[in-house]
Amino acid sequence: MRRVADLFRGALLVLVLMLSGPVGAVQPDEILADPAMEARAREISKDLRCLVCRNENIDESNAELARDLRILVRERLVAGDSNTETVAFIVDRYGEYVLLRPTTIGANWLLWAAGPLMLVMALVMAWFYLRGRSSAARPQESALTKDEQERLRHILEE
Amino acid sequence: MITELGHFALVLAFMAAIVQMVVPMVGAQKRWSSWMSVAEPAATLQLLMTGFAFAALMHAFVTSDFSLRVVTMNSHSAKPMLYKISGLWGNHEGSMLLWVLIVSLFGAMAAWFGGNLPPTLRARVLSVQAAIGVAFYGFILFTSNPFLRLAVPPFDGEDLNPLLQDPGLAFHPPFLYLGYVGLSMSFSFAVAALIEGRVDAAWARWVRPWTLAAWIFLTIGIALGSWWAYYELGWGGFWFWDPVENASFMPWLLAAALLHSAIVVEKREALKSWTILLAILAFGFSLIGTFIVRSGLLTSVHAFATDPERGVFILIILAVFTGGALVLFAARASVMEARGVFSMVSRESALVVNNILLAVSSFVVFFGTLWPIVAEMAFDRKLSVGPPFFNSAFTPFMVVLGLVLPIGAMLPWKRARLGRVIWSLRYAFALAVALALLVWAMQTGRSALGPVGVFLGTWVVSGSALDLWTRTGRSGGRLKRLVRLPRADWGKSAAHAGLGITIFAIAGLTAWEQEDIRVVQLDEPFTVGAYELTLTGVEQLRGPNYFTTMGTVVLARDGKVLTQLHPEKRVYPVAQMPTTEAAIDNGVTRDVYVVIGDQQDNGGWTVRTYIKPFANWVWGGALLMALGGLLSLSDRRFRVAAGARKSVQQTVPAE
Repeated sequence: MRRVADLFRGALLVLVLMLSGPVGAVQPDEILADPAMEARAREISKDLRCLVCRNENIDESNAELARDLRILVRERLVAGDSNTETVAFIVDRYGEYVLLRPTTIGANWLLWAAGPLMLVMALVMAWFYLRGRSSAARPQESALTKDEQERLRHILEE
Repeated sequence: MITELGHFALVLAFMAAIVQMVVPMVGAQKRWSSWMSVAEPAATLQLLMTGFAFAALMHAFVTSDFSLRVVTMNSHSAKPMLYKISGLWGNHEGSMLLWVLIVSLFGAMAAWFGGNLPPTLRARVLSVQAAIGVAFYGFILFTSNPFLRLAVPPFDGEDLNPLLQDPGLAFHPPFLYLGYVGLSMSFSFAVAALIEGRVDAAWARWVRPWTLAAWIFLTIGIALGSWWAYYELGWGGFWFWDPVENASFMPWLLAAALLHSAIVVEKREALKSWTILLAILAFGFSLIGTFIVRSGLLTSVHAFATDPERGVFILIILAVFTGGALVLFAARASVMEARGVFSMVSRESALVVNNILLAVSSFVVFFGTLWPIVAEMAFDRKLSVGPPFFNSAFTPFMVVLGLVLPIGAMLPWKRARLGRVIWSLRYAFALAVALALLVWAMQTGRSALGPVGVFLGTWVVSGSALDLWTRTGRSGGRLKRLVRLPRADWGKSAAHAGLGITIFAIAGLTAWEQEDIRVVQLDEPFTVGAYELTLTGVEQLRGPNYFTTMGTVVLARDGKVLTQLHPEKRVYPVAQMPTTEAAIDNGVTRDVYVVIGDQQDNGGWTVRTYIKPFANWVWGGALLMALGGLLSLSDRRFRVAAGARKSVQQTVPAE
């Protein structure tokens, strides 16, 4: 494993790489017997981050920790927790970092509102611009540069 | 020896770039034509020298010269030739060399084909382009030199990251870089125009082909990367909203916006300053992408050269170029007053709406990508912004874009009647609604995603077809006229239809995917969806530089054998890394995607099977977009425009 650091350096723009094993994600022995509950577990897992991975959710990750979290999620569901309660349980233990869908608490509202706010601002600006364009008096089609205007002024003055 | 020559050539290219940056700029300022004319030979020399350096490094990789540090760390004598070659850019130093090679290539192209630009503009464009080159030559030579030797060369190399040993590496990065770096051309034109203080239709006509070319490359590069991830990753994801992916997606969105706003400048002499700003931002986002990729500031699934010193260097480049250009913009933007007058309902306004949607959605991606850093620094909160955020915050913009696209594309310039255009699209709308309802009725109890995707896809594709058809006029002989329509018209419709197809495919793939995970015993068939699969054997084999566990899965439907699939699990001993090689049966309406896992205690094997409907349409749509761009690029207008410019230089562009 001495070379892991070098390997990092060695890699380039490849889409989504993971260092962990090839055994993909959810294992057959983890799957719950109740398909509805399993579907809920998958849904929840997709929004939780695998903390030791680079940028993966626990549903897709092969890391040991991701497996532990997947099993934990299923345990909570079997114990009768709702989806929100299950997520809250995980967040209590691992912190907000585990959420791939950030909350709207505190300053995070800014993140969620950024898109709509910018859209509104852009629309307002565009509205004024377009109104200006449509009501603008025919611009004087003087394609003259400043120098030329200056010269013209001189000529007229003389 | 060749290595030293390569190193020397790179230093020479650096010198040539410095000369090309300074002399023509001074010449343009003072109107000294002899100084301005230095630009062209300097650009040619720069390309030749960088090309030689690149070839020298390639030689080192191909001959496995392990006295070079970069070769030792990223290559191995047993590696197949294709990966020895593509391994050159499979690492930080080599990929930067590819980067500057492309910068100098674009510079030289502008020098060779820019003969009919006004001489001062040409000199300034080449000077700005050279300045970008200087920054990156400096970056390579001072922080990431690929030509460093090792005092004691090892016996063999450490091999390339196995995940990179894929034909994808041969094509994905070069295309992506051609796109990223291609945007430097639009940037150079924008800055040169700001210095010049003049932006007119001719300028837009000059900038558009470069932007279009960069956008085409970027489209292909992103699509290739997405496809590569799809088959290499092992569960068939195609887009992850990873910071590094976002880094390529933001410039793509802005370049798309720039393409459209440049049309308004070209045809209507409006939106000038906005277009300049977009050109600056598009390349700025490319630089931000480079920064994100190389600095390790953000946690990404992509493994990269992460080195604070390099990060700081790129940050300085980013600040100087983007910041400098924006300051220049703030100072000079007022000289570019708009001329064209148009009503609120017009093609111009529709293009403004297009630009708003593309630019704002691009900023949403930007905000989401950088928010974890902002939150940590400003609010001391360590949090993640992942795919669920982007899916909900970004997608609405694309839905609205899809809705307004067919209408906007058909609105006439200057003054339009909205009702009339919508009426002419009634068949497209009816078809889209009908298909969406049909799909809604056929699927049971699932999300609205599928039908919405079908509606948008059909609406955009049939709207684009209708757009083309209405251009053929009203009376007979329409088919003949259809064939003779300008290629730009065909390109526009093709690119728009490509977007529609991609929207449809992403929605369909997400909504209707089927997944099956189970432990499979040999020769015991199992069913997934309409398909029957049997694992008939598992073998241990040896590849050139890896060991593999290869399963054989027989795929059948209705008792008829379709094909044999060979999913693999590989281990690369030198890199000590395992990889999965999924086996995919590609189909028009679906892919069957099979992955083999570990052997279980009871002798069975973990097998994952996915049915992925319309998977290939995702990239098919992207390729159609690129093809549309190519058609548009080959339009007569661009070829003739260059020559025609001189004669129309002094006239007021037609309105």
